[in-house]
Amino acid sequence: QEGSDDGPDFLSEEDRGLRQINVDLQTDAALQVDISDALSERDKVKFTVHTKSSLPNFKQNEFSVVRQHEEFIWLHDSFVENEDYAGYIIPPAPPRPDFDASREKLQKLGEGEGSMTKEEFTKMKQELEAYVDFIATCFFNTYLFLCRVAAHPILRKDLNFHVFLEYNQDLSVRGKNKKEKLEDFFKNMVKSADGVIVSGVKDVDDFFEHERTFLVEYHNRVKDASAKSDKMTRSHKSVADDYNRIGSSLYALGTQDSTDICKFFLKVSELFDKTRKIEARVSADEDLKLSDLLKYYLRESQAAKDLLYRRSRSLVDYENANKALDKARAKNKDVLQAETTQQICCQKFEKISESAKQELIDFKTRRVAAFRKNLVELAELELKHAKVIVILSCL
Amino acid sequence: MAAEREPPPLGETRPTDFEELEDGEDLFTSTVSTLESSPSSPEPASLPAEDLSTNSSGPKPAEIMLDDDREDLFAEATEEVSLDSPERNPILSPEPTPAITPVTPTTLVAPRMESKNVTAPVIFDRSREEIEEEANGDLFDIEINVSDPEKVGDGMNAYMAYRVTTKTSLSMFHKNEFSVKRRFSDFLGLHSKLATKYMHIGYIVPPAPEKSIVGMTKVKVGKEDSSSTEFVEKRRAALERYLQRTVKHPTLLQDPDLRQFLESSELPRAVNTQALSGAGILRMVNKAADAVNKMTIKMNESDAWFEEKQQQFENLDQQLRKLHASVEALVCHRKELSANTAAFAKSAAMLGNSEDHTALSRALSQLAEVEEKIDQLHQEQAFADFYLFSELLGDYIRLIAAVKGVFDHRMKCWQKWQDAQVTLQKKREAEAKLQLANKPDKLQQAKDEIKEEIEEWETKVQQGEKDFEQISKTIRKEVGRFEKERVKDFKTVIIEYLESLVQTQQQLIKYWEAFLPEAKAIA
Repeated sequence: QEGSDDGPDFLSEEDRGLRQINVDLQTDAALQVDISDALSERDKVKFTVHTKSSLPNFKQNEFSVVRQHEEFIWLHDSFVENEDYAGYIIPPAPPRPDFDASREKLQKLGEGEGSMTKEEFTKMKQELEAYVDFIATCFFNTYLFLCRVAAHPILRKDLNFHVFLEYNQDLSVRGKNKKEKLEDFFKNMVKSADGVIVSGVKDVDDFFEHERTFLVEYHNRVKDASAKSDKMTRSHKSVADDYNRIGSSLYALGTQDSTDICKFFLKVSELFDKTRKIEARVSADEDLKLSDLLKYYLRESQAAKDLLYRRSRSLVDYENANKALDKARAKNKDVLQAETTQQICCQKFEKISESAKQELIDFKTRRVAAFRKNLVELAELELKHAKVIVILSCL
Repeated sequence: MAAEREPPPLGETRPTDFEELEDGEDLFTSTVSTLESSPSSPEPASLPAEDLSTNSSGPKPAEIMLDDDREDLFAEATEEVSLDSPERNPILSPEPTPAITPVTPTTLVAPRMESKNVTAPVIFDRSREEIEEEANGDLFDIEINVSDPEKVGDGMNAYMAYRVTTKTSLSMFHKNEFSVKRRFSDFLGLHSKLATKYMHIGYIVPPAPEKSIVGMTKVKVGKEDSSSTEFVEKRRAALERYLQRTVKHPTLLQDPDLRQFLESSELPRAVNTQALSGAGILRMVNKAADAVNKMTIKMNESDAWFEEKQQQFENLDQQLRKLHASVEALVCHRKELSANTAAFAKSAAMLGNSEDHTALSRALSQLAEVEEKIDQLHQEQAFADFYLFSELLGDYIRLIAAVKGVFDHRMKCWQKWQDAQVTLQKKREAEAKLQLANKPDKLQQAKDEIKEEIEEWETKVQQGEKDFEQISKTIRKEVGRFEKERVKDFKTVIIEYLESLVQTQQQLIKYWEAFLPEAKAIA
């Protein structure tokens, strides 16, 4: 499939990859979720979420709804805001696809009607491939979110989630308006400020102390690696673009006349064309297997950090409740109330700690598995591509 | 062998030499190179015992511009004298450039002779075997290397000296292997001399590498960074290619200035090549004037071949420029890719360090190592991109400019001829007028004068026509040679370049194959 003169062939690879995730994450027939279709319109993508379930709370055993990006965000935020889920790593929301950039490119595609030079045609195909890759990444991130939720023992039972899966009308989730966005902004600010204060509290539990140190450093390094990987992938793409131009120029030289040297130029031109396709593929594969992986774990490690933050917060609340109880006992005023508060805080803290521990262990397992899979696939793809180029080059 | 024979005075004694021709006659009628034949085989099938097909190092000695009319040979020798007239550009170096510069075919067969001045009659004394021997590869057995750039002096007066080593079995050189130290302006000086002597009669003289004030200043000032090292290496390679192209040219190889450049330990400093010298500015002005003149010369092209070729070279020029720009972009992006890969490798190593799962941590470190090695590969590939591909294209773009220059000279030559005809016509008209005039005392003197002038201009017209025919002939041959060289050059270099691409991929295969089990070992 590689190097052949057809449209994007990434989907089949993606499908394979996704089905593997399917197996990894979903273990019972009680609830199976997937995205059966993705329709890209001018500035949005519509996903068809398909559910198969034997659970009694659904009206049917199998059904589908259409969802857009905002609705996924709504679901994600509802998890985050739910106090009951404080002890879980909330699966990171799919990032908002940057439609402005791709819209520009789509426009350019449309403008190239009529006669095109070979170079322009190849460029157009490239842009089309890139656009499809972009949709694929979008799809992949969304699908991953969905699967993580469906696989989580607690979150999969969430009512909002079921509504999300079943309600076949628009969830009327208009994008966050300014006021809400501002509130979010403040919340995040406070959180990060708090994060500084709260993380100063040394943890009694070694496990969490280690996790905190680990996650903070890991998160930063993944961020850096993700950015550098992106740059590297883009450079690769530039090189592929240059091959395209060189191939065209050689072709022009080759069509001057029919002497031997011109035939030679034509052959070399062809070689550059084929090599370009493969280099473009190399770049795209690096993007998918490396850059996207790192970006995903950037988001997940952030979600894990958020979990630790919430636990620390509840620890602070617990300690404050303790202090308040002592004070109340000393003054002998509102003791019962203070006792109740302290009890609640204690339970909350312990509950979060217990589930957090499991979540973080699962996080590590998932992370190792995902890296292994992607690194193996990356190496296999790089090998395949290099071998093809060597074969092609035997003029 | 008649090597020691005095060059006969030109002109009167010619007829006697014709007798000698009867013997050597066969040699040269049969070695007429049919210039119209395809570029890949310059030798007509009629060549007898000479095995010329094996030698691929360049045009054969027999590829002399002799035409049916052998008398041209001597006429050309006569021309040599007139070429030395003040019309010639006075930038000639003294002694090694003899009064009669043997530019014509007479010297093509000269190499066996010691550096004496050789002219026409001597050729015909040479036996067939000698010519055969030369034809079998000896003639162009010369290898030039430019190496060991060395900074001499300090501050703004500093310069780079390069070692020019020649290995050859040609007998026109005093030794078989020798080397000299030359600086950049020496190369420019050599080119200037060769261009002055040969371009205006139709020879494509390979252009010298370009000056770079910025690059050189960095070196002078003593910046020891990678960009100035790169600059010196780029220049060294360019100088080497320049000399190699120049010695491949059979006519230029005979030139004593070239020989002096390669052999003499001391060389008079070529001052006229200084960037901002007076002579430099004068040259710039002349170039500009030439450009204007070219636009106003409307030549009646009687020979479609020239028109076709000029168009072809125009097209080729455009295509090569475009390709060159793309390859330069590739070099740039490849270097960026290398830098970004190195950055990613470091980042991956850091990530591996902070990963607390042992096997994954190890695999990430391995990934970092692989990427570091790949970065090296990219650097080497960029090097090949540049030195093989990009520089080849740059060289040819400059060569084509030289070819265009030679075509321009032909136009100027034509113009000169036309102008002479016009002047002759005017003189004749003036004479006619005088015939009719009625001033007996001044008349005879004026008539004599005008008669003399008419004779003078008749000669000039004849000369002009001959020059034009000669330059046209030379150009045809030169273009044929140029096309052959171009084909060879491009094929060789591009194949070498493609091999470098393949090698890179093979290395990649090795690296990823080594990494794969590490990735699979993550548990």
